[in-house]
Amino acid sequence: MTVNGWLQIVVFCAALIIASPFLGRYMAKVYTGERVFLTPVFGGVERLLYRCFLIDSKQEQDWKRYARSLIIFSLAGWIILYVILRTASIQPWNDYGGIAYHAAPWDVTFNTVSSFLTNTNWQYYGGETTLTYFSQMAGLTVQNFASAAVGIVVAVALVRGIAGRSGKSLGNFYSDIVKTVLYVLLPLSFISALILISQGSIQNIAHYVSAHGITGVAQTIAMGPVASQEAIKLVGTNGGGFFNVNSAHPFENPNGFTNFYEMWIVLIIPAALVWMYGRMVGSRRQAMAIFATMFVMFIGGVAVAYAAEAHGSPAQHAAGLHTQVIANSTGGNMEGKEQRFGIAGSAIFDVVTTVTSCGAVNSSIESYTGLGGAIPFANLSASEVIFGGVGTGLYSMLEYVLLAVFIGGLMVGRTPEYLGKKVEAKEIKLVAIGILITPLAALFSTALATASAAGRASIFNGGPQGFSETFYAYLSQANNNGSAFAGYTGFIQPNAGNAGSHGVLLADLLGGFTAMFARYAPIVFALAIAGALAGKRVSPVGLGTMRTDNGTFVVLLIGVIVLVGALTFFPALLLGPIVQALTGHLYN
Amino acid sequence: MSRDLRTAFLSMIIFTVLLGLGYPLLMTGLAQGIFPGKANGSLIKRGDVVVGSALIGQQFYEPLIGSDGKQVVVKGVAQTQPDPRYFQTRPSSTSDNAAGSAFSNLGPNNRTTLVAFRGYIATYLALNRAPDGRLYDPAVTRASEIPVDAVDDSASSIDPDISVANARIQAYRVAAVRGLPLSTIDALLATYTTGRSLGFLGEPGVDVLELNLALDRLSGSR
Repeated sequence: MTVNGWLQIVVFCAALIIASPFLGRYMAKVYTGERVFLTPVFGGVERLLYRCFLIDSKQEQDWKRYARSLIIFSLAGWIILYVILRTASIQPWNDYGGIAYHAAPWDVTFNTVSSFLTNTNWQYYGGETTLTYFSQMAGLTVQNFASAAVGIVVAVALVRGIAGRSGKSLGNFYSDIVKTVLYVLLPLSFISALILISQGSIQNIAHYVSAHGITGVAQTIAMGPVASQEAIKLVGTNGGGFFNVNSAHPFENPNGFTNFYEMWIVLIIPAALVWMYGRMVGSRRQAMAIFATMFVMFIGGVAVAYAAEAHGSPAQHAAGLHTQVIANSTGGNMEGKEQRFGIAGSAIFDVVTTVTSCGAVNSSIESYTGLGGAIPFANLSASEVIFGGVGTGLYSMLEYVLLAVFIGGLMVGRTPEYLGKKVEAKEIKLVAIGILITPLAALFSTALATASAAGRASIFNGGPQGFSETFYAYLSQANNNGSAFAGYTGFIQPNAGNAGSHGVLLADLLGGFTAMFARYAPIVFALAIAGALAGKRVSPVGLGTMRTDNGTFVVLLIGVIVLVGALTFFPALLLGPIVQALTGHLYN
Repeated sequence: MSRDLRTAFLSMIIFTVLLGLGYPLLMTGLAQGIFPGKANGSLIKRGDVVVGSALIGQQFYEPLIGSDGKQVVVKGVAQTQPDPRYFQTRPSSTSDNAAGSAFSNLGPNNRTTLVAFRGYIATYLALNRAPDGRLYDPAVTRASEIPVDAVDDSASSIDPDISVANARIQAYRVAAVRGLPLSTIDALLATYTTGRSLGFLGEPGVDVLELNLALDRLSGSR
């Protein structure tokens, strides 16, 4: 570890803490219908879109209608994306990679579509070898916006439910979607794309370039409209890279500065949503308690991952490598990491991308040390509430808050209430199921994949690493994260290329279904909770009311998150990453 | 229901036009107007020939010539080896394939990883040894003296940079093979070392393609 490495971590945290409240305040204004500085720019477009969509944006929806709009909107998106990805051979620019691209097989496409709809963005394909520019732009980029917006509006609806003082309305789904896209995602993506291009990220519609190296070695260099997709992939915590190696690719992430910026832009909306929540419920202190909870867990992960990677891996030590920092060299576990990011830049990115549901990677998680690789596992096991995905992080965290309030209420022997609203049996049932769906999906799928020969066919590395690959694949897809121990099916897909692109049926289907089930079921429960809370009367704060805005509550909340995650996942974690972290043994 | 479906499809189609074509094409237009060099891949030309991208690593290899004076071919594949006159990039599991990037996916606790490392170490040490058996950099004789980036796979498999420590070791070889003073090579190294962004973000590195091109200009070869 180096002083400079820690400096990067400190500055990163400062940049997040300072900037996020401003965006939070802005977003609160957007969703409460106040005028913002972009209203003159997009106000007309917004109204035009409502007319084109044939909707009345003022029409209020209760939770059931809101959920129905959301599901049907997603269904339409699913069908359109599937059609786009399957018609690659008749699309424009489809031979820019040197050969005419054909669609990936139906099962790979099923997985890709399901994962992009659910903000998972798992890659059982290699972008530059499988997808046409048209598919990347009109297909994936669109869902990067739409799926991110869906996550955010669910969080907004839940906040409205908690903040609501009368009635059952949660707002209007399409109005929220349009506002999210126009006022939040599009401006941030626009600026981010320009920043990335200025640093060397490419943005073109050109044939792949044939280079003739100085010693005569030929090299084909993939091109494409990269920066525009890179920007929304990060802003919307999507994480599906234009290229197979995602943000490790120099055209997606050219230098140390872009690496820093990319991490910041991933976390900025999830962090800002917390402050938005504070403003919408009228209590900055409530937001601070939630932010503190997330931040403490985040910084803990960063510290452990950085220390573990700086220490080096058992395979390196067995080969006789010296992994301490020496002059002019990073030292540490550089297997699967880029020189320009080094150990610290890779470790922070690794944590940022797994606490959120982003899943973009700038280094190979498969090659992380046992302990360094256990951090992504731990982040996913906490169900993406440490900032979390855009929207999903906040609504999942609020469910944990309700659970903590309930447990705290039981401890002190009073009817639990949150912000003046009684948390009763109905809400707690919804919360409990909502929280447990994702772990259930992850563990069920992992068990199925581990217990069947068709599942084990996907394993690349031997020993406990093989189990880690499998477990991570389904844990990641269940949490809609999308980062991978990329050896899992990686030797067949996506390396097969386009000409020979073929799927692994079980992995494709199981992953796709896992992602969809663990996305839409929790969303419905979150909206149901919003609906249940929206109509509740607010009782005045009394002396005996348990406070939810102080340090004690932060500790209780962290305890609940850790306990639920640990109780659910500890046995499975023991078999993979924990074994690896504890041993220097090399497996065949 | 049919009303909901109609709105859903309408909105997705309009979003596809707006966000899937409008936004990326607008960015492409802006990029081509404001940053044409960068937006097209930071390509480097020598004369009229594109020799690569400043951001993409590549192999600086030469044909492997057998004792019969012909290039060695194994199973139909013409064999190559690192050209000692040039600085070499980091190990790549794809031979620096810039049209199909991939991770090595080698696990931290796996014997295959150890085997790969041993191979990279042997290659690196062999490159440090002149045909007469003399060491170019006398301080590098075993694994523990090699900077880790030189014998670990990069993430992208096309990492354009190497660490400064790695470049300093290779400088001995390049200087000896080209018959140039070491101080000249070291001065060139200093010129092509990229520091941390804003002084503290990321790690310093040496862009191998740019350095090798500068070397050729210095030697006046080709």
